[in-house]
Amino acid sequence: MRVLFILLVAGLTSAAAPASRPVSIDLPFDATQFAAVGPGAPSADAINNNCLSCHSAEMVLNQPALSRMEWAGEVAKMRKVYKAPVAEADDAAIIDWLTAMSARLPQRLAKGGG
Amino acid sequence: MIARRRFLTLAASSIAAPALAASVDLRLPGGPSDRPLTAAFADKRRMILQRTTPPLLETPLSAFDAGIFTPNDRFYVRWHWSFPTEIDARAFRLRIDGHVIAPLALSLADIAALPRFEIAAVNQCSGNSRGFFEPRVPGAQWGHGAMGNALWSGVRLRDVLARAGVKDGAVRLRFSGMDEPPLPEAPDFQKSLSLDHALGGEVMLATHMNGAPLPLLNGFPLRLVVPGWFSTYWVKMLDRIEVLAGNDDNYWMAKAYLVPSTPDGGIAPGTRDFARQPISTMVPRAFITNVADGSRRHWQSALPVGGIAFGGTTGVARVEVSADGGATWRDAALGPDAGRYSFRRFDTVVAAPRGTTRLLARCTSTAGVVQPLAGIWNPGGYLRGQVEAVNVEFI
Repeated sequence: MRVLFILLVAGLTSAAAPASRPVSIDLPFDATQFAAVGPGAPSADAINNNCLSCHSAEMVLNQPALSRMEWAGEVAKMRKVYKAPVAEADDAAIIDWLTAMSARLPQRLAKGGG
Repeated sequence: MIARRRFLTLAASSIAAPALAASVDLRLPGGPSDRPLTAAFADKRRMILQRTTPPLLETPLSAFDAGIFTPNDRFYVRWHWSFPTEIDARAFRLRIDGHVIAPLALSLADIAALPRFEIAAVNQCSGNSRGFFEPRVPGAQWGHGAMGNALWSGVRLRDVLARAGVKDGAVRLRFSGMDEPPLPEAPDFQKSLSLDHALGGEVMLATHMNGAPLPLLNGFPLRLVVPGWFSTYWVKMLDRIEVLAGNDDNYWMAKAYLVPSTPDGGIAPGTRDFARQPISTMVPRAFITNVADGSRRHWQSALPVGGIAFGGTTGVARVEVSADGGATWRDAALGPDAGRYSFRRFDTVVAAPRGTTRLLARCTSTAGVVQPLAGIWNPGGYLRGQVEAVNVEFI
């Protein structure tokens, strides 16, 4: 019954004319910066300077524990495929920070060799 | 009097309503698993915040418990690149060019003048549930909520293409939207379909979902709808259709969104060299939505278990539920059928054991495809389709 009702309402209104006024929204902005992950840990300067112009920090902070090689692959993909203007001289510092971040997560057993 | 009644209503609801949580635990193996809930995005109620820029917003699973159509203000959001935040619908044009007899630029009024078409269909991200892959893989770390079901309305793609006329020798249609990479040399987001598929009569251009104009975040003013196929093909803010006389080797078809060319799209973790192909159709899935994974609740001998299922490219024939981790199964009752590409409701009541249990729901499509108990793995975290468990602790 509920389904039928929804279908009926949708059917009645779906023939509406296209919107005649400009549709406009504001997007929220996330200003989160990466932080040093602990005393003596790699600096976050390089990742902050290179990795926040195209995407907000959550994209990185939500990733699972990745190996140094996997992180190096991600940084290379950002440069080669998505043309991120990351200076190659900054790669080591960025990957150091990312690897240190992953090391703080619970380490999973049985990494499948990938 | 009215004011007093309103006050009483408010007071009652504030007692009855549980405090709104600020975050959700997606229970991703190894974490990080907590995500904030956000209401900061236009025309969206509380969504799971995966990424602010470009937006990745996930639908909480509980939202699917309210009905088989996912409300527009709870419908998930996924953008690769930046996109316009203001659209003048009167100035909008859809360009159709390439291997056509007459290149065209259609207004929304031109499109609205074509015969209307509507279809209920699940829109699911290729990487929905990626966060549950083990070993874990990089990418958007979705739980199960990068999907939704809507009644899409607009016009058939073939009616639009007929306006331009496809030349002999055309083999594919390539679609792109108004989103753009921040760096111009980066690959613009483009997807393509074979001509036969695109003109088959189900692929459509939607202006509305669930009876209302598309929210801007879901692709206003026009998006491609490809029933049965993963959402990567459902190009948002669609403003160009290019008719191709050859294959499409653009990055988003040739390099991204590829799955192993194996029967189930899975491969052993660590495998380096294997044939790949563009992802395409969805597989059957079922989700229990009235009981949350990891929840603690008072024991009841007869536990209602319900949720939503979809068949992939065909309808839902059967949903079975187990309350003992898969040892025994019982058929759930199926709700109304809104079409082969739609969510379908299932409900049953199970005898719940005391202590802890694993609730399972298993969908069989009308094509006879049964959800497997064991999952596949691939490096993109695509095509997850195994039976999902809901772990419950009774107190």
